[in-house]
Amino acid sequence: MSASREFLLGMRDTIPMLVGAVPFGIVYGTLAVSSGLSVGATLAMSLLVFAGSAQFVAASLVASGTSLTVILLTTLIVNLRHMLYSASLLPFVRHLPQRWRVALAFWLTDESFAVVHRHYLLNDSPLERKHWYFLGSCLAMYSLWFACSLVGVLLGQALPSLGDWGLDFAMIATFIGIVVPLLRNQPMIVAALVASTVAVAAHGLPWKLGLMLAALLGVTAGVVAERWALRDRPAAVEAP
Amino acid sequence: MNTFEIALILGMAVITFAIRYTLFAVGHKVRFSPLVTQALTYVPVAVLSAIAVPVMLMPDGEGLQLSLDNDYLVGGVAAIIIAARWRNLLATIAGGILCFFLWRFLYG
Repeated sequence: MSASREFLLGMRDTIPMLVGAVPFGIVYGTLAVSSGLSVGATLAMSLLVFAGSAQFVAASLVASGTSLTVILLTTLIVNLRHMLYSASLLPFVRHLPQRWRVALAFWLTDESFAVVHRHYLLNDSPLERKHWYFLGSCLAMYSLWFACSLVGVLLGQALPSLGDWGLDFAMIATFIGIVVPLLRNQPMIVAALVASTVAVAAHGLPWKLGLMLAALLGVTAGVVAERWALRDRPAAVEAP
Repeated sequence: MNTFEIALILGMAVITFAIRYTLFAVGHKVRFSPLVTQALTYVPVAVLSAIAVPVMLMPDGEGLQLSLDNDYLVGGVAAIIIAARWRNLLATIAGGILCFFLWRFLYG
């Protein structure tokens, strides 16, 4: 497959994610302006940070008058999962020149990770062109995220009550669409249940620490469950 | 943009990029043990569940709201059913959002 064909395929496969990202981006734009960020800062954040949930959390922290240090620490915690995404994608990008790795890392999001990782695990096309697919997915997300932030800013100025409509549900529907098809075996289901339970129980912890604790315990539970399953049924060896 | 906003955006941009790029940058030197590789397969499920489920069960951030008045829960359960039945991303997102807003419109 040619580079341009991979690029367009990456854009096309990202379309389902865009359906969730459109309302989410609009809500971000609306919320950020109503939290007291300037229009320039709201849009610059979408261009330079490009991390939906962290932008969301930062805007709400700005609204409550939180200090810069605490907001930056929260950004670190909320986005730490991207390091685990980059670790998962590393075997597929380590052969690329640095300029490619800089670009793909800058544009790495939950949505593109889900789409691109699935594509890398398919064996139907050679690895050397798949970074064009990655780039196509990223640029589709990036341009749309910026456009929706802009629409949100404009809508927020016209309809100040838009923040109460519940458009943030789009993020939840997107995450459900990513997670549920991954729940193919018992260890995956255990990981999801443990992470969910801990996240709810530890919700009151400051700085989104409950989220990181839930992620850590969810992953641990998945690994332990997989080892138990293998110990009980040594013949049924599953691919990791 | 004022000084606070510039510091905020540059700080967030540097932190986010550093998180995403560090492993890519040293890529040719990093090799993961089988345990780490195994653990990584559970990361998306654990992280995304940990973000989504508290919003569904406690949308106001104050205590569990296990009732039909909770449109986040109703929409989320609808999305889970659609995802489990058809395993189609677009149908899950569009169907979930549709159920959420219908429920909100009918009961809100």
